[in-house]
Amino acid sequence: MFEAMQSAFLALISIHHFAYMFLGIVVGLGVGILPGLGGIAGMSLLMPFIYGMDQISALAMLVGMVAVIPTGDTFTSVLMGIPGSSASQATVLDGFPLARKGQAARALSAAFSASLLGGVFGAVMLTGFVVVAKPLILSFTTAELFMFSLLGLSVVGVLAGESIMRGVVAAGLGLMVGAMGAAPATGESRFDLGIDYLQDGIPLVIIGLGLFAIPEIADLIRRSRPIASGSGLGAGWLQGVRDTLKNWFLVMRCSALGTFIGSIPGLGGGVVDWIAYGHAVQTSKDSSEFGKGEVKGVIAPEAANNALQGGALMPTLLFGIPGSGSMAVFLGGMALLGLQPGPSMVTTDLQLTYTIAWTLAFSSIVGAAICFFLAVPIARLTFVPFNLIAPFMIMIICFAAFQARRDLTDLLVLFAVGMVGIFLRRFGWPRPAFLIGFVLSSQAENYLYQALQFYGWEFVQRPGVLIIGALAIGSTLMALRSRVSEDGAVSFDADGKKADKPVLGGTSKTERRPQIVFAIVLLATFLYGVLSSAPLSFLGSVFPFYTSVLMIAFMGYMVMMLLVAKPGHSAHFDQELAAKAKGADDGTSVWPSVGWFVFLFGMTALFGFILSIAVFIMTFLMVRTRLGILRSLIYTGLCIAFMCTLGHFLTLDFPPGLLQHYVDMPWPLK
Amino acid sequence: MKSTMNRTRRDLLGATAALVAAAVFSPLAAHADAVDFSDETIEFIMPFGVGGGSDTWARFNAPFLSRYLPGQPTVVVKNVPGGGSITGANQFAKRAKADGMSVLGTSASTQFPYLLDDKRVKYEYKDWLVVLAAPTGGVAYLNSELGVESLADLGKLKDQRLIYGSQGATSLDLVPLLAFRLLGLDVQHVFGMKSRGEGRLAFERGEANIDFQTTSAYLKSSLPMVEEGKAVPLFSIGAADDNGKIVRDPNFPDLPHIGEAVEMVTGKPPEGIEWEAFKAFLIAGFPAQKLLMLPKGTSEDIVEAYREAVRKMKDDPEYQAAKVDALGGYEQVTDEAADALFAEGTTIDPEARDWVRALLEKDYNARF
Repeated sequence: MFEAMQSAFLALISIHHFAYMFLGIVVGLGVGILPGLGGIAGMSLLMPFIYGMDQISALAMLVGMVAVIPTGDTFTSVLMGIPGSSASQATVLDGFPLARKGQAARALSAAFSASLLGGVFGAVMLTGFVVVAKPLILSFTTAELFMFSLLGLSVVGVLAGESIMRGVVAAGLGLMVGAMGAAPATGESRFDLGIDYLQDGIPLVIIGLGLFAIPEIADLIRRSRPIASGSGLGAGWLQGVRDTLKNWFLVMRCSALGTFIGSIPGLGGGVVDWIAYGHAVQTSKDSSEFGKGEVKGVIAPEAANNALQGGALMPTLLFGIPGSGSMAVFLGGMALLGLQPGPSMVTTDLQLTYTIAWTLAFSSIVGAAICFFLAVPIARLTFVPFNLIAPFMIMIICFAAFQARRDLTDLLVLFAVGMVGIFLRRFGWPRPAFLIGFVLSSQAENYLYQALQFYGWEFVQRPGVLIIGALAIGSTLMALRSRVSEDGAVSFDADGKKADKPVLGGTSKTERRPQIVFAIVLLATFLYGVLSSAPLSFLGSVFPFYTSVLMIAFMGYMVMMLLVAKPGHSAHFDQELAAKAKGADDGTSVWPSVGWFVFLFGMTALFGFILSIAVFIMTFLMVRTRLGILRSLIYTGLCIAFMCTLGHFLTLDFPPGLLQHYVDMPWPLK
Repeated sequence: MKSTMNRTRRDLLGATAALVAAAVFSPLAAHADAVDFSDETIEFIMPFGVGGGSDTWARFNAPFLSRYLPGQPTVVVKNVPGGGSITGANQFAKRAKADGMSVLGTSASTQFPYLLDDKRVKYEYKDWLVVLAAPTGGVAYLNSELGVESLADLGKLKDQRLIYGSQGATSLDLVPLLAFRLLGLDVQHVFGMKSRGEGRLAFERGEANIDFQTTSAYLKSSLPMVEEGKAVPLFSIGAADDNGKIVRDPNFPDLPHIGEAVEMVTGKPPEGIEWEAFKAFLIAGFPAQKLLMLPKGTSEDIVEAYREAVRKMKDDPEYQAAKVDALGGYEQVTDEAADALFAEGTTIDPEARDWVRALLEKDYNARF
């Protein structure tokens, strides 16, 4: 074993291998920083170069890339409130408020140092446990995996905000959207609205971008100001590192959490950041600052999402079962190198496993160092008027969404989810709860069905199930105590009563009309869920049917309260009214920003992506940003060149429109 | 000045005439010349996402195709995922030009919906031309605690509950599903496994007690269980000879193939509609699992250029050396043998099809 460690180390430190690792790191940081692009896009970029490389160099490159994505993706999460990849959605919750307060530097340096520690922790765990991990991993059966999805869902309570009901309904909506497509037990297509695209379900990246990026961008365009309100990044560099060190125990716990979640195949890393965030809230004595710019809310998810990779490599290497999305592509890379994962990874091929582990550790350190270095120039972007950055960001987000299925429908679905996201945000339905419901939906259903098939209802008597069940109940109770909304924690005054808050949901029914309409739309959606799942076979319908029935009950209550309850009731919320009440709004509506999206997506459907995005960027810069024609042209040209370069290396055609249907065009227009 | 102009005009006329002549005669000329892909980029359409088994196969073959196609074109793999490969294959059927500039890689996930006549399928295999077929095999095995040591003991399973972790009744797992039925095994299929790997994990956890793995995964991850005495191999799915007949898999010469297994259990050679249906899916799923296709109407010389390229590719020592790891150790099939496999793997007797569809609809809630 030590011999293997030694030779792995020697193989790795040669200049040649180091150079490839560095290349992987650069690609990883690149796709990490660009919002929506993550491990899968990074792997796709590197795959064409792998065949024919020597194994160690290629592995160093691939692992180097995977390792630093959760480090680089922090930038846009903190600076713009747009998740850099699906691994750092939770970072937005506190990172972005910190940036707005002018503490971007502190948030970033805390995030990078936590990422570094998390990454090294994961690598150490991989090194130490990979040899003995097999029996542990095998001891988690489908029954325990089902309970873990419930435990994950219990975090919803923490993120529910003012009204626990809202959290449950938002999660229920997520569960329903997550149940779209083929039923795990029978393969029947559910909720597909007759659209072929939806038969595969909506891709996670589109849900993430639609829920978080589109509403944020729409809001930022509306304000048309720089993101940060202060001047200067703040003298937070050392402060951030100190924050991480001060919270070393939290870092350790979240890293352990991340490694564990990664190491259990089928648990998936999709919500690891939220679980870590929820954990940080639950275990903090004073949780009042969460959601307003609490640095712990940045440290926890960032430590966990980097540590996840080390854990995720265990099932990937031992069983050939991917522990996360990018690991699935990593497996393909291994096959191209002639490596079949399996039991031999801890016997004859142990050296390779250690090479991977140490590349992970090295890359985490190097990646974080580069990020520190890049932070100052990149953080300056928050002092630039957002309307200068917006066209580029919109382009990247469309591009990222299009990576999901490489279909024009990707963009249309992105727009639809974005609209839902805008309304959820405005009417105070917690989007994180929706996301968690979405990710855990198919897991919960699938594992419940499988556990019932394997064990029958006796599965609830398994000790593991009872333990995790108790944890889930405990977590729910703790969650009820310490809830966080996007508006800050629920505050209590000295008597334990709720502190007085301004009326956030309008004083009259007329003012509440938009909320009521949206609530009725949600109610109708759940009704559709019941009606459309009822005719399916029992196994195909039972999960979505009962979820929808339950949600109708909750939603019915909410609609009632909106109609009859007194102003100030927790069922009432409208961000536009709330902002007015606080006197914080500049009075412009979000609809002109939505108009820009309609303009872009509509044009894409007609003329294809590249032509449309060029016209869009040009128009936006000249009309909204009020840039001169020459500068606008240069900006647009650079953007298109960037798109074409990425498109070339990923071997893809951009989304075609109606025009391309009739006229044969050369790449990249075709 | 004037004369120069005249000359220019004359030259121009001459050039135009030459161009017209070239335009008129060039198809003929090109026909006479060998196919040449110099400086061209050939798209290898892959109807799956990056990183899966079929994608890996395509990416492994692409550089060798590039090396041996005339003019050494660049060959890029272009992923068009969606609908379990139906989306990409439909797109290829609709858009690909018959100029040799795009090829399609399909797999069992593309062949099965076609054989089952899924309504989403808009491609017709019979239109396409096969250049290369990549076979694989597979082995079914039992948990050793069931007390079965070989096929002869299958009687011991009478009162045992057999559980199999399946990816779905219309996936590649249709083949083991039908095979178990032919052997008279009463197997409960638990669906929702995302890969055969997850099925194997369920077996290793003790949740499932019967499993099936394709050759490379079997050799790497299941054989160790057999060697430890935890698992007992039952039968291999077999291989197809040049005439499409099922024979023993060269990787498992000591293991009876499914045809032999059925004969051992039932006492007579397999026949009838159930066997016919099974055989079509077996060929499409294993000996002809992955196919490299050219579009409808591709000219003879382009097809021959591709066939020549894959013949040379197979003989490349580098290809030979790497294939054991990357391709599961099977010889890639070309020319007449590929045609035979292709014919067998994309043809199903309508009656046999109806029988399978009825079975899947009745017992497994499948909808087509």
